[in-house]
Amino acid sequence: MQVEDSLSFQPIMFKRLFSKQIRGDVVKALCPQCEGEINIPEDAVVGEIVTCPDCGSPYEIESVGSEVVIKPAEVEGEDWGE
Amino acid sequence: MVSLGIIYDFIRPEEKMLINEARNQGVELKLIDAKNIYFNISNSLKNLEDIYLQRCVSYFRSIHITYLLESFKGTVINSFNTALICGNKLFTTISLLKHGIPVPRTAISFSKSSAVKALDEIGYPSILKPVIGSWGRLIAPLNDPESSLAILESREYLHPIYHLYYIQERVKRPPRDIRSLVVDGQFICAIYRYQPPLDWRTNTARGGRAEPCPGNDELVDISVRAAEAVNGEIVGVDCMESRDGLVVHEVNNTVEFKNMVRVTGVNIPSEIISYLKRRVRK
Repeated sequence: MQVEDSLSFQPIMFKRLFSKQIRGDVVKALCPQCEGEINIPEDAVVGEIVTCPDCGSPYEIESVGSEVVIKPAEVEGEDWGE
Repeated sequence: MVSLGIIYDFIRPEEKMLINEARNQGVELKLIDAKNIYFNISNSLKNLEDIYLQRCVSYFRSIHITYLLESFKGTVINSFNTALICGNKLFTTISLLKHGIPVPRTAISFSKSSAVKALDEIGYPSILKPVIGSWGRLIAPLNDPESSLAILESREYLHPIYHLYYIQERVKRPPRDIRSLVVDGQFICAIYRYQPPLDWRTNTARGGRAEPCPGNDELVDISVRAAEAVNGEIVGVDCMESRDGLVVHEVNNTVEFKNMVRVTGVNIPSEIISYLKRRVRK
């Protein structure tokens, strides 16, 4: 199984928009829709969904580490579920 | 040390709990985001993990990745066959019936006009469900011939998967259903899922309220047998309390359990990870 290195341009674009901000121990990201502050959990995992508390827009965590990158989450698919 | 691959496309609270539990139990963990991988199927897959836990929220991603891994001798829980059956309400209903498990009266038809005839036999009120889909999406009550025709007609403008008309009697039940969890043929725990205000569907994804449900003999028996019917190793069984006893309407192969953990206090991630380790050693 191979991991794709070349992701689409979109995450890079959002990387500029979503540089993390640290206030105390809390990592936050800015929502591009409304500029609300989105809390990034301390134990964030790639693929985790976070939601803007102000406008409700959902975002997926793209990478964690020295910089947290988030991107708009996929819209719920017709085949989604449990 | 057991190596475990968790295949996911989104991290829900369930996946976070499973990740933490796997680390606590000393499992060698590999997280596989289904959106970031590709397989060159011309080559043989190498360096497979001892076992994989399939947790994709997308049914199509799930069954295709599972099929591929199994084709290269990988062990995936749940299996391709289980996922294929559980992800399709018709296949599930047939599997349950073949194993003598009570289900609501059900008909399937393949055109609007034959759906109307099926409704004459099943009767009103009935429920129209997509054969593939979850979280109560596009499930519609069919209360009378006039409104039913309008609903059936609207489906003709959707994707062809919605032109399979799976029609089920609307079971007279309390304002709740039951979700039970079965791991390795053992009943683990169960919850009641109460329908939220202004909705008749009980899915907690739609705001349904969860409360603990004691596991009586009937519930334990029907849950375990439903899991067996689909060869499910880790499954959620949904059933309703009809006047004639419990009837099963769904078996979930990538079961969501955060509300079960919350209201029952059962450490479900521990049950699952412990089972996966046992399964490798079998």
